[in-house]
Amino acid sequence: MSNGYHIVVCGSVVPDPLQTLEPIETPAGPALKNEMLLPAVLDPWAAHALYEAANLAAHAAGSKVWLVSLGAKAKLQQVMMTIAQKVNFELVPIDGPASGFADAHAMAALLAEAIQSIAGLDRSRLLLFGGWESASRGAGVTMQLIGERLGILDQFQGVDQLTVQPDGTFEILERIEGGRHQVSLCQGPPALFGWATGNLPEPRNNPQIGMANMRAIMPALQRAKTTAPAPDAIRYRSASPPKQQRQTRIVKNLSAEEIAREIVAWIEKA
Amino acid sequence: MTKNILLLAHLDESGKGLPKAAGEALGAAVELAKQLNASLAIGLIGGDVQAAADSVANSGAQRLLAVTGSDFAQPRYASDLLAADALCRAASADLILAPATSRFLRALPGLAHRLNGRVDTHITSVQVTDGAVCATRWFYRQRIEGVFQRDARPWILLLDSGCHEAYRGPSGKANIEEIAVTLPPEARHTTIAGIRAPKSDSQTIRPDASLLFVAGAGWTKKQPDGKSHPEQAETLILDFLRASGASLGGSKSLVDQSGENQAVLGFMTHLNQVGQTGATPRHPKGLSTCCHGEEPHVVGWRFINERRAINLDPNCGWARGKADVLYVADAFEVISKVNKLLRKPQT
Repeated sequence: MSNGYHIVVCGSVVPDPLQTLEPIETPAGPALKNEMLLPAVLDPWAAHALYEAANLAAHAAGSKVWLVSLGAKAKLQQVMMTIAQKVNFELVPIDGPASGFADAHAMAALLAEAIQSIAGLDRSRLLLFGGWESASRGAGVTMQLIGERLGILDQFQGVDQLTVQPDGTFEILERIEGGRHQVSLCQGPPALFGWATGNLPEPRNNPQIGMANMRAIMPALQRAKTTAPAPDAIRYRSASPPKQQRQTRIVKNLSAEEIAREIVAWIEKA
Repeated sequence: MTKNILLLAHLDESGKGLPKAAGEALGAAVELAKQLNASLAIGLIGGDVQAAADSVANSGAQRLLAVTGSDFAQPRYASDLLAADALCRAASADLILAPATSRFLRALPGLAHRLNGRVDTHITSVQVTDGAVCATRWFYRQRIEGVFQRDARPWILLLDSGCHEAYRGPSGKANIEEIAVTLPPEARHTTIAGIRAPKSDSQTIRPDASLLFVAGAGWTKKQPDGKSHPEQAETLILDFLRASGASLGGSKSLVDQSGENQAVLGFMTHLNQVGQTGATPRHPKGLSTCCHGEEPHVVGWRFINERRAINLDPNCGWARGKADVLYVADAFEVISKVNKLLRKPQT
């Protein structure tokens, strides 16, 4: 494609997966205890989407990547210190809640509004990227809701591969049941891709990219509009961590032969 | 108040029957309709749905609607969305239940927007509490379980497989109300070119297997002789999968190694990954090998009932209440002997 793609990646921040999460009750519904103190990372599948976007943009001259990210401003700043060193992008921050308990419909409305307000975005060249599910809500609905608001009819979820064919059409591999992929052919942009893991490793930190990105990211963060999602009729009756704690039997003194017999008996027990 | 429940389903890959998850969602819908004294309709999407409709003809559904034809035989966002939209409007449904298949997870969130309704996915149970419909699902990748309700209607609920008893009833002759849907040209921009299995000498992901076998990064690390033996590990694991019929999962650290130029197991891909950024499969039993059982991985085991692990470290994560049994042993030795026993004819 001669003019390249305008790739908008939607990605929020989530608590670092190694943190212990404890729900608490608040007047606005459930939340995480000490949420603002938990170290955050860019949502893992959204991060894959960002790396795939940067890779695609690097191979299509004239392309540009935006990262639209919804979260508390302080958290976004913390996460951007790392992510900005990975690939080139322009940040479109939205200062708002990134909680997994927030309603996806309200979040989608905020994100779609932010995308529509991007100056110079050519919707005929738009590729909307994001993770197929977040590590917070994990519902896999926000991207489709944004796509509907932007009028995008070609949507793909669980994407592991996007290949631009010589004629400009796309071949897409989407995850389906049984560890397989559905192969689709799409005529081109505008299209929406909810990424799974993709095929690219995490790019190494590059301080030069980081410095270039941060020159625009810091002013963008300062200008970020503080938003509150429209109230929704979702009402939580409870939010609790799993209670089951197993009594682990630690077997140290059996030979490999004896362990094997025990495992086979266990496997074969109906 | 819920008056009209619609069970939405699509045909399975054979193009004849319904997926297992659709039978389970129908089981939940039948139960819910009884509890709420609501009418139940079934909406089917596919090429030719007569056989599938006959299989649910005696489910108690008052109406059996369908959008059929070659345009709707294959999973595609635009066509599935239009078909589901037409079915929901025809049924005047205020509560829509559907199986959380990859096809519907792609299309039905968009449907909620078109119907000015709401959607929730990965639902593990639906119940009526104090007269209100309440749904249960996991948040933060299976780390917090939430129960919630919504006032907005229509409300679309996609039910995860394995969470409800499937509908079982005798077949009958279904009287189908066909709903005509014409695809506009823009809904044909995408075409389906087929299904591709991962590069592998055998299919290692078996959702219906009774056992999940998880391999961790330890399989590719240096062994007591100071060398790594990925080829031997591959043979042992594949032999075990053949003999036991287990489904294969992997830890993130193992599947990531292919991108880091380390020794890798050739058949292990990101599709096998279990955990925070991978799958959360449902199997009755799980056996972990050479994996430390750290929290980001173990959240993927939320729906594995019986858990055992083999690891050289007696203080690994599995020992801290995450497995029923931890064998402190060398997985190479144990799995080799397990394979011999599994191959041995039963006496």
